[in-house]
Amino acid sequence: MPQLEIQLIAVVAAVACALPGAFLVLRRVSMLSDAISHSILPGIVLAFFITEDLNSPLLILGAAATGVVTAGVIETLSRTGRVREDAAIGLVFPILFSIGVILIARYAGGVHLDVDAVLLGELAFAPFNRLEFGGMDAGPKALWVMGAILLANLAFIAIFFKELKLSTFDPALAAALGFSPTLLHYLLMGSVSLTAVGAFDAVGSVLVVALIVGPPATAYLLTDKLSTLLALSAGIGATAAISGYWAAHLADASIAGSIATAVGLLFFAAFLLAPEQGVVAGIKRHRSHRRRFAQQMLLVHLLHHEGTEEAALECHPDHLQQHLRWKEDIASIAIKSALQDRLVEHDDGILRLTRQGRALARETMLA
Amino acid sequence: MADRTAIEVRDLTVAYRDKPVLWDVDLDLPAGVLMAIVGPNGAGKTTLIKSILGLVTPAAGQILVNGAAYDVQRRSVAYVPQRGSVDWDFPTSVLDVVMMGLYGRLGWLRRPGKAERETARHALSKVGMADFADRQISQLSGGQQQRVFLARALAQNASIYLMDEPFQGVDATTERAIVQLLQELRSQGSTVAVVHHDLQTVPEYFDWVLLLNVRRVAAGPVHEVFTEENLRATYGGRVPYLREAALEPPAAPFRLERAAGSE
Amino acid sequence: MNLSFPIELDFTLRTVALGAAILGIVSGTLGTYAVLRGHSLLGDAISHAALPGIAIAFLLTGIRSPFVLVLGASVAGWVGALLVLAVTKRTRVPYDASLGLVLSVFFGFGMVLLTFIQRMPSGNQAGLNNFLFGQAAALLPRDVIVMSALGVLALITTLVLWKELKLLAFDREFGSAIGLPMRAIDVVLTTLLVVAIVIGLQTVGVILMSAILIAPAAAARQWSDRLGTIVVLAALFGATAGVTGALISAATPLLPTGPTIVLCAGAIMLISLFFAPQRGLVAQGVKNRRNRKNLRELGVLEDLYTLARQHKNPLHPHQAVVLRTMTSGPESVAPGLVGLEKRGWVRSAGRDSWALTPEGYVAADLEFAKWNMDPAAGAER
Repeated sequence: MPQLEIQLIAVVAAVACALPGAFLVLRRVSMLSDAISHSILPGIVLAFFITEDLNSPLLILGAAATGVVTAGVIETLSRTGRVREDAAIGLVFPILFSIGVILIARYAGGVHLDVDAVLLGELAFAPFNRLEFGGMDAGPKALWVMGAILLANLAFIAIFFKELKLSTFDPALAAALGFSPTLLHYLLMGSVSLTAVGAFDAVGSVLVVALIVGPPATAYLLTDKLSTLLALSAGIGATAAISGYWAAHLADASIAGSIATAVGLLFFAAFLLAPEQGVVAGIKRHRSHRRRFAQQMLLVHLLHHEGTEEAALECHPDHLQQHLRWKEDIASIAIKSALQDRLVEHDDGILRLTRQGRALARETMLA
Repeated sequence: MADRTAIEVRDLTVAYRDKPVLWDVDLDLPAGVLMAIVGPNGAGKTTLIKSILGLVTPAAGQILVNGAAYDVQRRSVAYVPQRGSVDWDFPTSVLDVVMMGLYGRLGWLRRPGKAERETARHALSKVGMADFADRQISQLSGGQQQRVFLARALAQNASIYLMDEPFQGVDATTERAIVQLLQELRSQGSTVAVVHHDLQTVPEYFDWVLLLNVRRVAAGPVHEVFTEENLRATYGGRVPYLREAALEPPAAPFRLERAAGSE
Repeated sequence: MNLSFPIELDFTLRTVALGAAILGIVSGTLGTYAVLRGHSLLGDAISHAALPGIAIAFLLTGIRSPFVLVLGASVAGWVGALLVLAVTKRTRVPYDASLGLVLSVFFGFGMVLLTFIQRMPSGNQAGLNNFLFGQAAALLPRDVIVMSALGVLALITTLVLWKELKLLAFDREFGSAIGLPMRAIDVVLTTLLVVAIVIGLQTVGVILMSAILIAPAAAARQWSDRLGTIVVLAALFGATAGVTGALISAATPLLPTGPTIVLCAGAIMLISLFFAPQRGLVAQGVKNRRNRKNLRELGVLEDLYTLARQHKNPLHPHQAVVLRTMTSGPESVAPGLVGLEKRGWVRSAGRDSWALTPEGYVAADLEFAKWNMDPAAGAER
């Protein structure tokens, strides 16, 4: 049934993208995915001119090569020292993409490659392009292609896991140990290219980027372990794929766009709610730190001035704010919480340390 | 020696993401003094400078410059940031950079004119860079870059100078020249506070020193304050190698500490 | 190229050319600041983020007026920029990942809205689709008026805030220290960037806008080291790319505008990269070759000089074969000798032997005597 097949394709594509994507995000080269997914367009078109067959595996490989070449061109351009790395990216891919668009417009008009499809793919049509196997229907071609690519990516990551991990977190050490970081980089770029080409037909360039960057970025807010990151990225990608599909189905809108939006919403949820990295957790933590911090400041201050001549002045609650220019909120938090925790008590108008308060103040001083 | 206080810091506390970077720091820096600010990485040295300049909001405490708030006294304070804080490939000339020090005076619509150019050239000649006025800053060596930053500060005609690691990565000749310049400024009555990384040269270059490690450990004239005990307290027992003439001979061998990165 | 236009197209052409010129000038100018600050890809993110803004503006108002759409694009672009900043500041997600995220998600959402609009009976989809790749030929005079107004505003602001923007790009913290409101100025610059992008969207489209921001500025950088010159050149290059691309695209069938303009900009960039004096790769290559040649000749000169000083007659000829044994690069001896002969510093003494000329001896002396420990050197001079 087409509905199931579409979702399957989307999920497979999402997982296939998430795997290399995790490394792109960690290596801080996420925008290379944008560059590659756009620049493979002329590769696909040229390969199509050569093979005359949209279904040829040669097309896929040829186009994927373009992606790797693009990464190389960007690198070379920035190596000249005349153009910064980010400017190089922002220059090269639009130029290549433009070449691709012009080629399509002028020479391939009407042969299944049209402009909208380039950006969004057409997942809805994917089930209609089927793979024939000895006269038997073996399912949508896109599923087979993406499935193969998914396996290739899995294999790549499984085989090179240690090297990828090391070169991502400590490239200098990796190089010193003899793992060529350049080789790994270009292998990774190859993986991204292949994935982008494979997914192109079904989901288009934009969604490829969303699936490569989004789920790993989301997972990055949820875990510190690389293997967990990979698994979570795949899971989040799959979730976005399915939920995006259903939203598109119900609203009768673009599936790819919908999935991209779903990626965004999942990220936003993690952005807010992630248990340690999320904004809400951060606010809570900020509050509790501030409370403790303000308390400590107050206790130490009181300890310094305890029993001195100026105690009457220095230990007066208003003094903290007016004279010492403590920020108002810190002063009031400090006093309130110290009173609450019985570290401090009122004594004839001024604040005085309790025994626990004094002990804590001393502890803070030694820290 | 003037009995004015150039910079007064009271109970300064600065936190970054709720971790204290400076805690309860007090300082009374008299005018006309050349002071080094030393401490290990993360001690808050740069943060102290930035707090005085109003670039960082403290959690508590008060800073007075020449007896008033910084906003009022801005014109009398000149800042020399770390050299690495800018991209030296930026398309601008040496003279241009120095003139940037005068932008504060010009107001919104005025362009730098002849007077400003003259002031800038004068400042450049004080650091020996007058011939480089039209040079692209990307063509400068490290020492030259540092001198340009100094000239920018000199152009402001301030009475207080705050400098962040001006000797970092600078050749020996330039270092000597800079020290001479600083001491000249001091003898003209200016106050100079310098974040300094090389303990060896503190007694030689500076009159005063502030030992900082989140808290103020000690501050005052070098010969009084720059002691082994204070250094140990500042560096937590692992004091970078020092020439023995600077202190009494150590009882136990010092461990070499590598300072990596900046604060 | 077919250049015979009916009268109406003349007017359209003028409109197109004007619109493209404005686009080029403003993008070139503000692109310079974006590139210098390392915000090249932020332009990419902002332009993709503008798409849903355009769609929403249309959905809310039902009008395809340039003013409304520009407003929608600006708001969305700004929101995108803010989100990138917020994510980068508050989480450990790196800057480039935030860019990629905002870019693709906003764009995807925009496409959802666009397909939505497509289904609507009132949805004049053609108008909105132009924002993908641009359709300069569809520019109306009212579009150009809005673009001009915004463009002029942006340029005037840049001029007025010239020194503040320079300081912002070079040393923002110092600016704060001397009392300038750098945060506000930063907001102004980002707004100007959004304006520049929004102006270009109708002509070049969302996807390719970043190239129009970057290419003229990157090209201009190769020709000059002064900010003022770079900005002017970038504006010029931008306008050239815009007008040329728009005209070619309008005159040629099946050639979408955006990509054509981008290719023109790319051509300008390539030419600048290779042929700019001093910074250009060709000029650099020539300089390198000249340096290598000099070094080669100096090497041979030094060896000849050494031989000469060991001989009673310093101008006595020596066999080239001896020279070849003295150096680790024997293949450089022959060309070195040729070059030295051209300078008049050596002369051929027949049968592959060569001697220093008196001029050559003097030159060698000047060059190498300073390294010579031989006390005889002092006596000779």
